[in-house]
Amino acid sequence: MRLQQQDQTANPIWKVIGASSVGTLIEWYDFYIFGSLAPIIAAQFFPQTNPTAALLATLATFAAGFIVRPFGALVFGRLGDLVGRKYTFLLTLILMGGSTFAIGLVPGYGQIGFAAPIIVLLLRLIQGLALGGEYGGAATYVAEHAPDEKRGYYTSWIQTTATLGLLLSLGIILGTRSSLDTDPLISVQKFEDWGWRIPFLLSILLVGVSVYIRLRMKESPLFTEIKASGKISKNPLKESFVHRANLKMVLLALFGMVMGQGVVWYTGQFYAQTFMENVCRLDFGQTRTILIWAIVLATPGFILFGWLSDRIGRKWIMLLGMFLAIISYRPIYRQMLSISDTKGMTADPARSRVDRMILPAGNSDHSLVNVTTIAQFDNGIIEKEVRKDTLFQSEKPTAKGKGKTSRTLPSGLYWQMILLVFVQIMFVTMVYGPIAAFLVELFPTRIRYTSMSLPYHIGNGVFGGLTPFIALLLTTIRQGDPLVGLWYPIGVATICLVIGTLYVSNRIDPNVND
Amino acid sequence: MNKLKRLAGWIWMGLAPAAVWLLASTAHQEIARNPTVDTRIQWTVFIVVFLPIAFGLLLFGWFAWKGEYDHLPDSSAELPED
Repeated sequence: MRLQQQDQTANPIWKVIGASSVGTLIEWYDFYIFGSLAPIIAAQFFPQTNPTAALLATLATFAAGFIVRPFGALVFGRLGDLVGRKYTFLLTLILMGGSTFAIGLVPGYGQIGFAAPIIVLLLRLIQGLALGGEYGGAATYVAEHAPDEKRGYYTSWIQTTATLGLLLSLGIILGTRSSLDTDPLISVQKFEDWGWRIPFLLSILLVGVSVYIRLRMKESPLFTEIKASGKISKNPLKESFVHRANLKMVLLALFGMVMGQGVVWYTGQFYAQTFMENVCRLDFGQTRTILIWAIVLATPGFILFGWLSDRIGRKWIMLLGMFLAIISYRPIYRQMLSISDTKGMTADPARSRVDRMILPAGNSDHSLVNVTTIAQFDNGIIEKEVRKDTLFQSEKPTAKGKGKTSRTLPSGLYWQMILLVFVQIMFVTMVYGPIAAFLVELFPTRIRYTSMSLPYHIGNGVFGGLTPFIALLLTTIRQGDPLVGLWYPIGVATICLVIGTLYVSNRIDPNVND
Repeated sequence: MNKLKRLAGWIWMGLAPAAVWLLASTAHQEIARNPTVDTRIQWTVFIVVFLPIAFGLLLFGWFAWKGEYDHLPDSSAELPED
């Protein structure tokens, strides 16, 4: 407590929070834009017609999230406990910003062939590595500056960054996508051709500002003290994961809290988006704005629950968030499906139309037929179906190819959908708001960065990151139940809830200066 | 409560091999259903990542059964230094 108070004059707490949060937010932004633009990046760098390029795409998707992130937690966690928090999370920021900017500069597969997907894969792996090292550093840095009675409140600002990073990435992508031309269709086309590079290039400005701010900050007072007194761990990895007394706390953090938090986080903010787009068949832009609204409205929840955790403890807030998620996911998703359903509805003939467009197909004698059917239903939903097919000479102009349907919700149903996503993000704020303070308090200063980073990134990167894949896999195994994918987050969160209830303590550590 | 914590350790120890078996059999089915390099890589990554996690769960159950979680440390003074 004394050390933190002494440091207030050198590093005022809001300056510490600002410097840490902005950098972490930018790292999340950098990580998400790749994911959000995955289909466009795949078309530019990983053409599916080429098996080797497609293979590299799979590696980029899976390796960065699941292997490299926890590996980054080990590498940078160790560095943070040996060298210091400040320089380590400065390094992760530079690596992340540099690799993101570089992705925006890499020429496409059409220009440089295989070098393009290989370079992008390497840069994506650096992104994963850097992300693995960032969070633990930022959370530790803020917690080691915060007064004991406000640790949950101050670290909760760091907790907003993952969600705000997602928000920033969605906003910049939507904004860029719609502002490249006055004609919306041409603007989207330009975005897919070259405009997708803008969000990547923009990262260098954001990172530049953040590096400047972080350079002016001082090292954590607790780390400085243990360094001065020669109490730094000689081998943080061994001390964290080989010594039984600490290893058992790492395992408790993972199975008793972080894995449940990870699946709740990814269900509320990623699976909800995938579900709206692929199962409810909502329009691309509308799913993004629904998520943006829900995030904006729910974000204060991180601060609220961080603050509350200083008063009543961290454990029960996080476990209550998990419990509410477990019991309400299926009703929420059933309702999401119900409000976007047009089955049994009648299309208003006066507001429905079919547009047919026939275009020449390259140098052949054939043509491409593009049939767009627009129908407006009783409940106000506008359904647009686009079918494309090759029209051979002497055939009637019909389109038998696979159609793509997208629905646009009317205002009332749109706000209902926002409410349903908002509730899920409130669960996210309950499980995620207090978790930095919880993790910091579990481990001693000399191995804190290493010990908290690994369970965090296994819980979030592996358990959480797998949510969309496993949910999709479950729907292919048990077709006919569109909600079957929810059993994965419900199952993981239930195991975590039981372990957390039995083994985790609700005690707030009065002193992290040890 | 401590007795319950120790008994539940057996559940976690049992859950670990069950999860590995489920993962391996699903991987086998999925690769057989779609034997492309993509599918093989995906499932290899899943297995490589989940094996140590399952081992961690087994260890967690073992620690629980041995009573390691009967008392959680109040201070870092209770933890050994390297």
